[in-house]
Amino acid sequence: MDLSRYLANHVRSIPRSGIRDFFEVVQSMSGVISLGIGEPDYVTPWRIREAAIFALEKGKTGYTSNLGLIHLRQAIARYIEQRQEVSYDPKTEILVSVGVSEALDLTLRALLNPGDEVIFHEPSYVSYSPSIALAHGKGVPVQTRAATDFRLEAIDIERAITPRSKILLLNFPTNPTGGVIGKEDIEAIADVCIRHDLLVLSDEIYSGLVYDGGKHASITALPGMKERTVLLNGCSKSFAMTGFRVGYACAPAPLIEALMKVHQYAIMCAPIMSQEAAIEALENCDREVEAMRRDYEQRRNFIVRRLNEMGLPCHSPKGAFYAFPDISRTGLSSAEFSMRLLKSQKVAVVPGTAFGAPGEGFVRCCFATGFDKLKEAMDRMEAFVTPRSPGSDVGKP
Amino acid sequence: MDPILQLLQQDARMSRKDIANAVNLSVEEVEQRIKEYERSGVILAYQAVIDTEKLSSDDVIAFIEVRITPERGGGFDRLAERIAKFDEVKSCWLISGGYDLAVMVECKSLRAVARFVAEKLSTVEGVLSTATRFRLKNYKQDGVLLTQREQVERLPVTP
Repeated sequence: MDLSRYLANHVRSIPRSGIRDFFEVVQSMSGVISLGIGEPDYVTPWRIREAAIFALEKGKTGYTSNLGLIHLRQAIARYIEQRQEVSYDPKTEILVSVGVSEALDLTLRALLNPGDEVIFHEPSYVSYSPSIALAHGKGVPVQTRAATDFRLEAIDIERAITPRSKILLLNFPTNPTGGVIGKEDIEAIADVCIRHDLLVLSDEIYSGLVYDGGKHASITALPGMKERTVLLNGCSKSFAMTGFRVGYACAPAPLIEALMKVHQYAIMCAPIMSQEAAIEALENCDREVEAMRRDYEQRRNFIVRRLNEMGLPCHSPKGAFYAFPDISRTGLSSAEFSMRLLKSQKVAVVPGTAFGAPGEGFVRCCFATGFDKLKEAMDRMEAFVTPRSPGSDVGKP
Repeated sequence: MDPILQLLQQDARMSRKDIANAVNLSVEEVEQRIKEYERSGVILAYQAVIDTEKLSSDDVIAFIEVRITPERGGGFDRLAERIAKFDEVKSCWLISGGYDLAVMVECKSLRAVARFVAEKLSTVEGVLSTATRFRLKNYKQDGVLLTQREQVERLPVTP
């Protein structure tokens, strides 16, 4: 019986994830050092875990308001106001979701009519394109290039605009390049959005992880932008809480109301014990977050230097926890490089093409990995790329 | 704190080259700074953190609360330094609250601790009283958790 004929067309149209095959090879091997993760290597700080345990002890095991606990929404409002100088009303302008992934899905489903276009910048997080397709939208990638440090310019966005353009999806700091956006670029982009009446969907999940003394600047803080922006953020990356699944969307009340319609029927609410833990994270964990951020920054310095020293040019990412070295000099494609590195040296990195066509010639190396492992991984990678060294596999057919 | 010190505090064996890479300095600059910290006494020593319970030794750790009389001109310092000089004393702090010095001592046996307190510590002029408490079990030492090393399995590749 051919079951594929039962599949919805828009689901069928989504290609099988490029890294799934790779992932399966990695899982079948032992002794692999993985730089392929997309999450902190830290366990959630104890005081956050302890808050979740306490919530369970107190019998907090029921549903919450669909929007999320009001105490958590108040904490989110304060957190954003302190960092971005934008205020959101906890009662009507904030919705707590099951990770940013759900908030992204909700927003796209709540706002897109079939055929509406969403402009996003590539290389990009792997979920954007399929999530847009699943919401019956049309993804329009704007390619950014290594030659210009993957900079996103307003003019490129403007070129991609058509009468069906509805949403501009931004992700700064960016997974996988670690890029951040400068003041001038973001102001010019805001101007384009206002002139062309685009909504902005800004995924700022890495905003707490910015280096070199920089500060994340959200587009929603610019004049005239709060009213047309859906700001997405969550606890996963900054607080090392990926498994808790707590994200949130902040937007003007009528948009949150629309997101809420999808959320309440699909999900009901985020798990209450995770929400309780998130309150502790947002209110009391600046110290823990800063310690992790500082460690990531040192590991970034380390990995970037080592990659450049071994002849893989790598710019220094200003945010997130990914290095995105250029491996084109090896003559291998991203996929070949990753597979051969894995098989000969047991180091897993993610091929740049997993993040869109402009990722060809690059691989993503997560540096949210302990120093010992990072060092060992760099030694193995160096052996792999150094010609005629015993571990080198680059020149082989 | 200087990130070099933070790194050394986490792992004193980290190579100068790795430290240099992590803090974006040259190896020479790192070496120079560490030498300066050693010279000025910011870095006191490099030691291994050892879980003595694993060695099945009978060594005893005791925490002794000591009340002393401050001296005119010298305060607590001279007396505290005198007590700190005993080999048995591993740490010695002046603290606030109901007593003055918190003294941690390590001895071969309970009897040795008793002898140290009775014969050495209590007899020091200016020591008014002592209260000795023994360590029963070690859970965390110098920031290192002993009971259960948290080994968490993560998916090797995630987006």
